[in-house]
Amino acid sequence: MFGGSDEKDKPPRSFQPFVSRSSNFSARKPSRDELVNTDSGYILYLEDITVSFDGFKALDELTLYIETGELRCIIGPNGAGKTTMMDVITGKTRPDFGTAFYGQRIDLLRLTEPEIASLGIGRKFQKPTVFDNHTVHDNLELAMEADKRVWASLARKLSAEERDRIAEVLDIIGLKEAVSALAGSLSHGQKQWLEIGMLLMQNPLVLLVDEPVAGMTKQESESTAELLTTLAGDHSVVVVEHDMEFVRSIARRVTVLHEGRVLAEGPFDEVQHDAKVIEVYLGE
Amino acid sequence: MLLGRLLKQDWGPTILLGILGVLCVVVPVANLLIPEDSVFHVSTYTVTLLGKYLCFALLAMALDLVWGYCGVLSLGHGAFFALGGYAMGMYLMRQIGTRGVYGHPELPDFMVFLNWEELPWYWFGFDAFWFAMLMVVLVPGLLALVFGWLAFRSRVTGVYLSIMTQALTYALMLAFFRNEMGFGGNNGLTDFKDILGASLQSDVTRVVLFVVSAIALASTYLFCRFVVTSKLGRVVTAVRDADDRTRFIGYRVENYKVWIFTVSAVLAGIAGALYVPQVGIINPSEFQPLNSIELVVWVAVGGRGTLYGAALGAVLVNFAKTWLTSEYPEVWLFALGGLFILVTVALPKGVVGLLRNLLGKET
Repeated sequence: MFGGSDEKDKPPRSFQPFVSRSSNFSARKPSRDELVNTDSGYILYLEDITVSFDGFKALDELTLYIETGELRCIIGPNGAGKTTMMDVITGKTRPDFGTAFYGQRIDLLRLTEPEIASLGIGRKFQKPTVFDNHTVHDNLELAMEADKRVWASLARKLSAEERDRIAEVLDIIGLKEAVSALAGSLSHGQKQWLEIGMLLMQNPLVLLVDEPVAGMTKQESESTAELLTTLAGDHSVVVVEHDMEFVRSIARRVTVLHEGRVLAEGPFDEVQHDAKVIEVYLGE
Repeated sequence: MLLGRLLKQDWGPTILLGILGVLCVVVPVANLLIPEDSVFHVSTYTVTLLGKYLCFALLAMALDLVWGYCGVLSLGHGAFFALGGYAMGMYLMRQIGTRGVYGHPELPDFMVFLNWEELPWYWFGFDAFWFAMLMVVLVPGLLALVFGWLAFRSRVTGVYLSIMTQALTYALMLAFFRNEMGFGGNNGLTDFKDILGASLQSDVTRVVLFVVSAIALASTYLFCRFVVTSKLGRVVTAVRDADDRTRFIGYRVENYKVWIFTVSAVLAGIAGALYVPQVGIINPSEFQPLNSIELVVWVAVGGRGTLYGAALGAVLVNFAKTWLTSEYPEVWLFALGGLFILVTVALPKGVVGLLRNLLGKET
């Protein structure tokens, strides 16, 4: 479907030699942003995604597009397929049917989890998952965007800029004092923040954030809302959340999932008054 | 600065390296210079026994690297140890030359006995020491690489992986039992005469082998510390604790597992190569699944994930084994089983964990 526009984006044939020579001259691989072609204004394309577990359809021909730089909230009752959708995007679950593209060129269904992660899709899990036996600092270091191959890791040392980056993120997530504490000793809310910090270290283009404010105090979730809003724009942010107040505070666009399909999509106020949405939520 | 990084843990590293350093001086002196009738004399039997313990300690450390730090419970590490041992054994067999019972210049006795006409192709090159040493590293390493690549790529983990490694060592045992394999069948390789021209029966050679084992153990320890304190080490422990999470931040988990598994197998092979000239025999019983399980007990007793704890556990358990099998031979297996249960229930962090608790908080 998007093959056509891909073709159109190429420079005319006569210019092609110049293009390739200049890229040879700079002697580098195409950057991540070049690989992920978002010229059309969209960064994620999910079409007709169907996933079934033992006959139960977790996703039923789900079609969803995420715009570059947008902040999208996904809501829906339990079992609506929110987490499965994230599993499909990050390569954990392969759909039975459908297509998932990242930018115009990258077919997510052909890539493994680490490949998808290094192309710039970062994920925060519903249950905060940090490395309990590592310090806060090491958690951030592990997540940092870097050459993540085996031999490269053996001799790797942090550069001054990387130290600064870690310090900067520690500041944002408010864990400066806990930098050498083991992640396992943090409170639930702090773990949530640490995981968000790990997401920032990866410097992803797309952030998939699953229930970021579960277990946070009101104040903490306010600052989370603020952080996510700042991130949108430079990054595309997809948030799955139950907390309606939180959704209201950040959402520009909301997608409601129900039984593996998109039930409604639009601005929060509009969706809130949608008859079908009310029925699903009240009928629960 | 690097040394500081390697030793910075608690007192364990310093004590381990200190003991090995002292042994390297005291044992040769006590064996070679102090007269036999003195109480301070250490018999050659004891030297060899200690050397054997050091090889086991090295083997335990290799397992701890992959089990303690990467969470891969290999129940087949004895196989890599035995393969390294066989490579060394083949070199030692070729050194016998015409001194064998049949006096054949090229063929080992068992081949003459089987009426073989010429040396099988896979025995070529083993008359050269450097080639044999290369094989000590390459054969276990390649086997681990292929096995690990197949297993980890298919995401075989946990108990399934343990069972597969157990099957691997069992299959190798059955194969090496066959005479047609050309490794001496159930008798294995023995009757070694000398190594690099030095008689294996002489006290000096025994002492040298002991010192080499001690140096190998110390170097292995420093190498393993280098690995586990590098970023690679932190990734590997991350894999142990949450492998899915590690994948989602962009690490190819299976490559890390294959790497650490292969390195561990190479170390186990080196331990086997040091072991064989000291005990004077290598046979298929080294592949027994029980050996690999015993090895896991050593590491568990000493304290998983500390490296020096594994060495300590290997020495403690083997000392107990030497003592029990001579005093009460029938009790040993029960004692081993009991020990494993005791450690699992009462000392989840092994002797090292216990000592740390007694000495108050450290790391």
